[in-house]
Amino acid sequence: MKDINDARENPFFRRQELIGLLIFAALILVVFPAFLDTFRLNLVGKYLTYAFVTVGLVICWGYGGILSLGQGIFFGLGGYCMAMFLKLEASSVANTKIQSTPGIPDFMDWNQLTALPWFWKPFHSLPASVIAVIVVPTAFAFVIGAAMFKRRVGGVYFAIITQAVALILSILIVGQQGYTGGINGITDLRTLLGWDIRTDHAKFILYFVNCLLLLGAILLTQYVTKSKLGRILVAMREKEDRVRFSGYSVADFKIFAFCFAAALSAVGGAMFTLQVGFMSPSFVGITPSIEMVIYTAVGGRMSILGSVYGALIVNFAKTTLSESFPELWLFGLGALFIAVVLVIPDGLAGMLSHYIAPYLGKLKPASDAVNGKSPLNQTPAE
Amino acid sequence: MFGDYTLGQLGSIFVMQGFAGLILFSVFLLMALGLAIIFGQMGVINMAHGEFMILGAYMTYLTSKLFEAWAPGLLAGYFFFAMILAFLASAALGALVEWALISRLYKRPLDTMLATWGLSLMLQQVYRSVFGAREVGVDLPPWMLGSWQATDSIEIPINGMFVMALTLLITIGVAILMYKSRWGQQVRAVVQNRVMAGAVGINTERVDRATFALGCGIAGVAGSAFTMVGSTGPTAGQLYIVDSFLVVVFGGAQSLIGTIASAFTISQSRSTLEFFTSGSMAQVATLIGVVIILMIRPQGLFATKVRR
Amino acid sequence: MIVTDPAYKDPLLYVDNLSVSFDGFKAVDGVSFFVDPNEIRVIIGPNGAGKTTVLDLICGKTRATSGSIRFHDQDLTRMSENGIVKAGIGRKFQNPSIYDDLTVFENLEISFPRGRNVFGALTFKRDAEVRERIEDIAETIFLADRLDERAEYLSHGQKQWLEIGMLLIQDPELLMLDEPVAGMSVSERGKTAELLHKIIQGRSVLVIEHDMKFVEDIAHRVTVLHQGKVLSEGSMEHVKNDPKVIEVYLGH
Repeated sequence: MKDINDARENPFFRRQELIGLLIFAALILVVFPAFLDTFRLNLVGKYLTYAFVTVGLVICWGYGGILSLGQGIFFGLGGYCMAMFLKLEASSVANTKIQSTPGIPDFMDWNQLTALPWFWKPFHSLPASVIAVIVVPTAFAFVIGAAMFKRRVGGVYFAIITQAVALILSILIVGQQGYTGGINGITDLRTLLGWDIRTDHAKFILYFVNCLLLLGAILLTQYVTKSKLGRILVAMREKEDRVRFSGYSVADFKIFAFCFAAALSAVGGAMFTLQVGFMSPSFVGITPSIEMVIYTAVGGRMSILGSVYGALIVNFAKTTLSESFPELWLFGLGALFIAVVLVIPDGLAGMLSHYIAPYLGKLKPASDAVNGKSPLNQTPAE
Repeated sequence: MFGDYTLGQLGSIFVMQGFAGLILFSVFLLMALGLAIIFGQMGVINMAHGEFMILGAYMTYLTSKLFEAWAPGLLAGYFFFAMILAFLASAALGALVEWALISRLYKRPLDTMLATWGLSLMLQQVYRSVFGAREVGVDLPPWMLGSWQATDSIEIPINGMFVMALTLLITIGVAILMYKSRWGQQVRAVVQNRVMAGAVGINTERVDRATFALGCGIAGVAGSAFTMVGSTGPTAGQLYIVDSFLVVVFGGAQSLIGTIASAFTISQSRSTLEFFTSGSMAQVATLIGVVIILMIRPQGLFATKVRR
Repeated sequence: MIVTDPAYKDPLLYVDNLSVSFDGFKAVDGVSFFVDPNEIRVIIGPNGAGKTTVLDLICGKTRATSGSIRFHDQDLTRMSENGIVKAGIGRKFQNPSIYDDLTVFENLEISFPRGRNVFGALTFKRDAEVRERIEDIAETIFLADRLDERAEYLSHGQKQWLEIGMLLIQDPELLMLDEPVAGMSVSERGKTAELLHKIIQGRSVLVIEHDMKFVEDIAHRVTVLHQGKVLSEGSMEHVKNDPKVIEVYLGH
């Protein structure tokens, strides 16, 4: 009976989950920095910015059953908000005195703009920019979510609409190059409040900042999944009407899940800009958005840490394969989409809890027997 | 933006852009018909639909090359062979995909989207390996070249009129198939009540496979039409997929008339806007309009009130 | 009903001239009835009579074309679904509607009437009050020893009980049950009748049921619907002897 009482206890971490998190923290905070050179570490840091998106998708898609094919929108908006600040700092009058209009970003000057557009002005201030990183994408998600969910639009329709919005935004950014930098994006970012972000030292520091933010995001998401809200999302995914007629406003919970995922994605985007040094529309459109979904699917749509490993593994494979066999990569990625959906809908984490956890359970019968049949490890029957 | 043109010029612009829009309308409509048949009847989204269209386009290209090499005398008529071949190739691939993939995912529409997206990536890579990354174009037979001089300032290309006529024929054919034939009756029976349809002896699996194959085959024909107005490349299909989805959703997925009307509205507004701004901004403006309307009226423009 | 009667109480639920049509088909056509506090009302009628639609209209799942539904002093036709639940109406669906992926305990917990908005759900604490109430209810619905199992492993009858339990934990003033014994074994039926007798204390119940023995067993009054209209209303005895009812059930 002890196990059962433990299960009803609903602890913030089960033992297995805690061990998993500690191993992950040790991996990114100690092992990677110790064994990888700055270039590779920076690459890992870049992959880890996608993990913000995948963690958000665990809540939105895994728990809530809301498939967004437009997470690149929020990743991109967060990244662009950060890039706009850095670009303005790099475009001081002293740096740009050869331009016909000094003090504005170079691409504006090339496109015959003579003054900074109004929506760029707040990005002179770092606090305003940091707030914008979170608020702009979340507010945008709120508008989309409220419009759709209040009218009971979901499932495939919602996925199509998010995809259409991702397409619109990426075409818009490419088309309006005077205001956005166009297809090249916002490049040549140099300093953050005078601190040069291009040096190895800065990249090292930024890697750790990114890791700590990610661990924070994981803890926050863990809190959400362990709260009653996490269980309501699962319940909604299964029997939306039952939840509605148990006194909940289903739309509000969906909006929350979507906004939560958007906010996390935006933080990832901002950290991407800081670590990689640019932001471009190629992270906004349809293709990156749907790829981020597959990271989550590979890792496990119901597993926070699983989804993070999914982002790491798929991107590692992508970098390795597309360097040496670019043709194989696209084919392999396509096959991966199909294989995950057909063969391991619960992802790697699902396989782990299916095949390995019961084995561990035999070794330590007292501890985690409950975990193997944890109600939240199952894929929804949509 | 109208200020620089005279009224007569504006009229000609609208007519000619309107006609250019009709070709876009043809491609959208054929794409959307296939998608709508699959989505409306089975609730499955085929993200690889654009690649089925491109398969049809490549088939058309191959046929034109074959005719050029072996039967130059018959070149004038190659297009009809190409169309049939395009339909058969896409439909056969569709049936295969339905058997291997889609039939295993019927209760999971969202996962179907992901799997068919994967399929589209694989097909793109196959096209790139087989046909090369560069875009290819077909040579039109001479009788399709040139245009019809309607008035002094209005010229209408003949291939465009041909594509239009073709589209109309196919649409009418689909309507007859769906609403008049015994097979269409079976399809609708399966949609309304799968279990009952199975119980009265309809082979629901076969109906599903044939429906999916038909939708893909129509996409193949859309590919044939597409070769007349654009050049064929491995990723060309992807550019049309979102627009085609929106055509289907905007029209209200169950309604043939709705699909036609929404394909018309979307292609016309895009084509007309294109003259006054850049092509991409015309696309953006149209898409934004559609998305906003869908947010206000998610059931689409032509759906009737249904019992929830 | 004579208004000057000193025993007269305001009805709890007052459905007045309620109609709804789908594509021109009138599923419910000018239905009026009222349910008193602590009354058990059973709605019977042939298939397609509009019984389930009436429940759908009351709980807000379907919106009325015309007419009104008054509950205390509120007009339910203008309220949101979750507002109607908060006002004190609970609804059980025809097919057991429970969350397969959650445990029985978690199923019941979700219906606990606290923390029903986003912020409340995030800060909800599983405290002693919640646990005791859930264990209490589990006892009532014969599932005390299955609390930590995934709900999908329950039998059909047990799923029905679980859903009834999910409603009980809301403590609604008006409980609406759609065919609570359909598909149950004989022994489960007996236990369900026992369960219903237990839970109707202190609340009004509106039941749709086909099983006439069961209806006779529990009903205070019966309303017969036919083709979207009220055909007859009164005690079971009265309804059984109403020639119009006999015509509909035995005629043709």
